[in-house]
Amino acid sequence: MTLAKRIIPCLDVDRGRVVKGVNFLGIRDAGDPVEVARRYNEQNADEITFLDITASHEARGTTLDMVSRIAGEVFIPLTVGGGIRSCDNIRALLNAGADKVSINTAAVTDPDFVYEAAERFGSQCIVVAIDAKRVSEDDEPPRWEIFTHGGRKSTGLDAVEWSRRMVEYGAGELLVTSMDRDGTREGFDLGVTRAISDAVSVPVIASGGVGNLDHLVAGVKEGGADAVLAASIFHFGEYTIEQAKQYMADHGLEMRL
Amino acid sequence: MTIAIIDYGMGNLHSVAKAIEHVSPDERVTITRDARAIKGASRVVLPGQGAIRDCMGELERTELTGLVKELLRDASKPLLGICVGQQMLMDKSEENGGVRCLGYMPGRVTRFDDTALDEQGQRLKVPHMGWNRVHQHHMHPLWEGILTGERFYFVHSYFVQAEDDAHAMGYIDYAGSRAHVATGRDAVFAVQFHPEKSADAGLRLLANFVAWSP
Repeated sequence: MTLAKRIIPCLDVDRGRVVKGVNFLGIRDAGDPVEVARRYNEQNADEITFLDITASHEARGTTLDMVSRIAGEVFIPLTVGGGIRSCDNIRALLNAGADKVSINTAAVTDPDFVYEAAERFGSQCIVVAIDAKRVSEDDEPPRWEIFTHGGRKSTGLDAVEWSRRMVEYGAGELLVTSMDRDGTREGFDLGVTRAISDAVSVPVIASGGVGNLDHLVAGVKEGGADAVLAASIFHFGEYTIEQAKQYMADHGLEMRL
Repeated sequence: MTIAIIDYGMGNLHSVAKAIEHVSPDERVTITRDARAIKGASRVVLPGQGAIRDCMGELERTELTGLVKELLRDASKPLLGICVGQQMLMDKSEENGGVRCLGYMPGRVTRFDDTALDEQGQRLKVPHMGWNRVHQHHMHPLWEGILTGERFYFVHSYFVQAEDDAHAMGYIDYAGSRAHVATGRDAVFAVQFHPEKSADAGLRLLANFVAWSP
């Protein structure tokens, strides 16, 4: 087995700046997206994910410009998400230099869109974001449902079933975020990560809740993730990507060092 | 000197163009489907992404199949195939129920087994996505300055197996199969991975392509 596990720093971008809410207390500015992407590239990141959290019509142009500037100097895969609703959106992002797009709400409101996008652009560039929240009590067998609107709105869809369906529709990769853990720094929800990873044939990215390097190791070893995504532990200089990779390699994981 | 990236509607051509511009600021890089521009270029890149039936179909629809075959036959100008652009150079692919390809190198294109397990009993994912070690099978000017076992970025479910060992330039082992992820013959070099997304190793390979005089 020589395929390396991936570390993906995530840039949440709001009106042209990298931001990150810290423990729900507010937004901290983490810099210019192009600068941040360049820094992660130098630190040997395996991939970069760029989530446009404003996703308003006015911000579209800014996002495309940002993506184009990053793609012009960072030669690793770039995934872009946030407010993607049409094949025209996807085409524009791919032309600007994105390699993959992450479809979130639109996959829930219109699953056929995933099918159409995968047919048109190929599964290799279609990532479906799975925002899951545990709905079972502690003494029940675990069950997770898909939530939208930043975890506020339940859809009643079972997260594992939904993941299988998205792969059937053509998703080439799943970005699994635990809405319970996102922003808590308590670690991934390993249960949902493992349940989905075991249920599908495509790669799974674990997301939501990373607070230290052990969490990254657990995401792969216990969660069965193929890649781990984190934001705040890297943005504010707590750890470099290189340190995280070395730590994972020291714990027996195949990494690109 | 102009490097033409063949635009038949399939593949992320902008990433390839940006990476080549980055390693060779003095060359002109053009994304084109104009036969004259492609014929006039000193080097050609044949990209490809998505399903092979669509790639072959679009090449035909844009009336470029004949031109690409001519370039392959002449063997006078360096051509770099990337991803499905590598697979298209073989005889045929099993994808989409069987698709006849350009037939430049004998060999076949098959799907990875998505039931295979790794040593820890974990399922090996298909698509094969991420950074894998590429073992160099034959020496080639495009490997110059790149170590055997260096990692490149992949994203694909189908892979090439060349019939002729002389055409197999590099390989990976994945899900119980040996995939020839780099193949070459005369002025053609083709890779399954994405050099434009493979950081320093990928940029080096592209720089080697720009400097290559076969």
